[in-house]
Amino acid sequence: MGATDGQMDLLRFATAGSVDDGKSTLIGRLLYDSKSIFADQLEAVEKTSTDKGHGYVDLSLLTDGLRSEREQGITIDVAYRYFATPNRKFIIADTPGHVQYTRNMVTGASTADLGLVLVDARHGLTEQSRRHAVLLSLLRVPHLVLCINKMDLVEWSQETYERIHSEFTQFATKLNIPDLEVIPISALNGDNVVDRSENTPWYHGPTLMHHLEHVHVASDRDLVDTRFPVQYVVRPKSDEHHDYRGYAGLVAGGVLKKGDEVIVLPSGMTSKISGIDLFDREVDEAFPPMSVTVRLEDDVDVSRGDMIARVKNAPKPSQDIDAMVCWMTNEPLRPRQKLAIKHTTRTGRAMVKDIQYRLDVNSLHRDQEAGELGLNEIGRVQLRTTVPLLCDPYSKNRTTGSFILIDEATGVTVGAGMINSGS
Amino acid sequence: MTNTHVDYQLSQLDQLEAESIHIFREVAAEFEKPVLMFSGGKDSIVMLRLAEKAFYPAKIPFPILQVDTGLDFPEVMETRDNWVNRLGVRLVVASIDDAIANGVVVDDGKTSRNRMQTGTLLNAIEENGFTAAFGGGRRDEEKARAKERVYSHRDEFGQWDPKMQRPELWSLYNGRLHAGEHMRIFPISNWTELDIWDYIGREGIEIPDIYFSHQRRVFERDGMLMTETPLNPLRAGEVAEERTVRFRTCGDITLTGCVESTASTIDEIIEEVAAARVTERGATRGDDRFSEAAMEDRKKEGYF
Repeated sequence: MGATDGQMDLLRFATAGSVDDGKSTLIGRLLYDSKSIFADQLEAVEKTSTDKGHGYVDLSLLTDGLRSEREQGITIDVAYRYFATPNRKFIIADTPGHVQYTRNMVTGASTADLGLVLVDARHGLTEQSRRHAVLLSLLRVPHLVLCINKMDLVEWSQETYERIHSEFTQFATKLNIPDLEVIPISALNGDNVVDRSENTPWYHGPTLMHHLEHVHVASDRDLVDTRFPVQYVVRPKSDEHHDYRGYAGLVAGGVLKKGDEVIVLPSGMTSKISGIDLFDREVDEAFPPMSVTVRLEDDVDVSRGDMIARVKNAPKPSQDIDAMVCWMTNEPLRPRQKLAIKHTTRTGRAMVKDIQYRLDVNSLHRDQEAGELGLNEIGRVQLRTTVPLLCDPYSKNRTTGSFILIDEATGVTVGAGMINSGS
Repeated sequence: MTNTHVDYQLSQLDQLEAESIHIFREVAAEFEKPVLMFSGGKDSIVMLRLAEKAFYPAKIPFPILQVDTGLDFPEVMETRDNWVNRLGVRLVVASIDDAIANGVVVDDGKTSRNRMQTGTLLNAIEENGFTAAFGGGRRDEEKARAKERVYSHRDEFGQWDPKMQRPELWSLYNGRLHAGEHMRIFPISNWTELDIWDYIGREGIEIPDIYFSHQRRVFERDGMLMTETPLNPLRAGEVAEERTVRFRTCGDITLTGCVESTASTIDEIIEEVAAARVTERGATRGDDRFSEAAMEDRKKEGYF
């Protein structure tokens, strides 16, 4: 537990781009070059490539999961893939690039530390690549990599690379992208993916794999503002632990320490942390994303959905929520609509008070006349909730700043929300 | 607070553990009748360990369910009983023999008992009114599983429809159900085979002996080494001989192949797995080899 000396850490990244940009080939290449592909998988791919009459081993076949996709030659959902190098394990959320699958991109980006956008060097930035960058920025994915692929088809032209690079940088000034890397690659041949390419002597930046291995993600968490949403109350009711009462949850922000003075929301009761348990051991402190059980000195009434925070640094319970919402179902979102809402470990109902504007994710234009949000559309929405939410702005904390909306009749998740503010 | 960030890092294994524990607690809090599907293999043992940690010092607040094929390795059953006794959890056994006797599934002589697990399992879930069933599926195992959600919705027929899955955002899981439906929950979705072994080694927990190198009489069938047993008669041309082997997965004794190996400790197994060039299912699971889309089809029917 604790420091990762000599241990692997974890990077989650989301890939965006279409089949035509060579996204599957790039992922196949990362898996292949990091030796994460087994002989039986490779044999199957070789055989299929031969059957299809390809003159090369089609690495994109590695990532085409379902029969329906293989038949249609498309990707229909978020797929998760895994590979590791000696120092880091990687989880890829591979999201389809088609226009109708914004919701999958939002889903994949919601847990990502890094976003990887792929463009075809011959075509430069497209509406789609701009949209991917907007979504990654909206979801506050802290690191972004733009891979300019198929450089072999533009004769490794430095001019082409510079043009796309500056065009993207210009566009990115309107977005919130704290960290950007632009890498010229050929996924098919492997240039600058794992090994540095001799075809790009003018490029002095890292290869893609080197960047993925070394990008610093530990500072992306909020270690200042203590937030502990209570998930589950542990009461053994056995002779041995007759009086044990612990509050189990995953630390969403800040550092909890034994002896800390804390406040329980929404009740406002205060107490001190008498102990923090990690299975059968006590630990001195807990930080994100540890799952622990917190004990308090006083017998205060705490239950699931409550939040433990610091007395002088706690979110204000609010029922009026201002948020960006990505709508994920065919039936549009309209004012006065009632939905179930889940925020941290709290569940309640919400009513749409107002849809302020719809955001055009290609031009960033705000359409104030929209009045509703259709499938895969994103807009600024005012909600009134039945229970107070213990929230922070999404820009401050992705856990306490996010929520999902659920259709009460079908039970389906229909919206994803990122909170601007609560009042 | 002037602490440096460096002090507050979790290793990837600790991160996976924290995420899985979070999932167990979320389900226990939101579902009326959860159950943990237990096969006795290494993945379900890791699941038991995570569940133990999630609720400690209280007992695991749900029973465990095992589908008894009648063709399980005795070593696996022994390990199961040890775990059940140590944790004091309730064990529900759904037997395929009973299911056949009661007409729940049909033994047409062509279907392997492994395939009959699906009907037996769905019947047990329905009879007991379980609303959430934890499974040990990992996304790295097989292509069709790469798309699986942590909360995998099943309709009243227990079926999985890849196009009807709910989007799963952040770590906000949606557990809403209608009557008759249930949820399959996969707390170790993001673990790889190597992570599982690392964790077993780190935790020092008991797993069935068959994972370690031992002497066994085996014969070759379809390119796999199978156990010699009266349950699986030799066919013409097949010859059994003693070899030094171990199993990479646990399952039906008539379908689960082993590999030649001298790895007799967790560290040696980890070394072997890290260097392995064949996926665990590709190497040793006859039941996944029926067609290229075997797993996809079985998932749609309601298999794990």
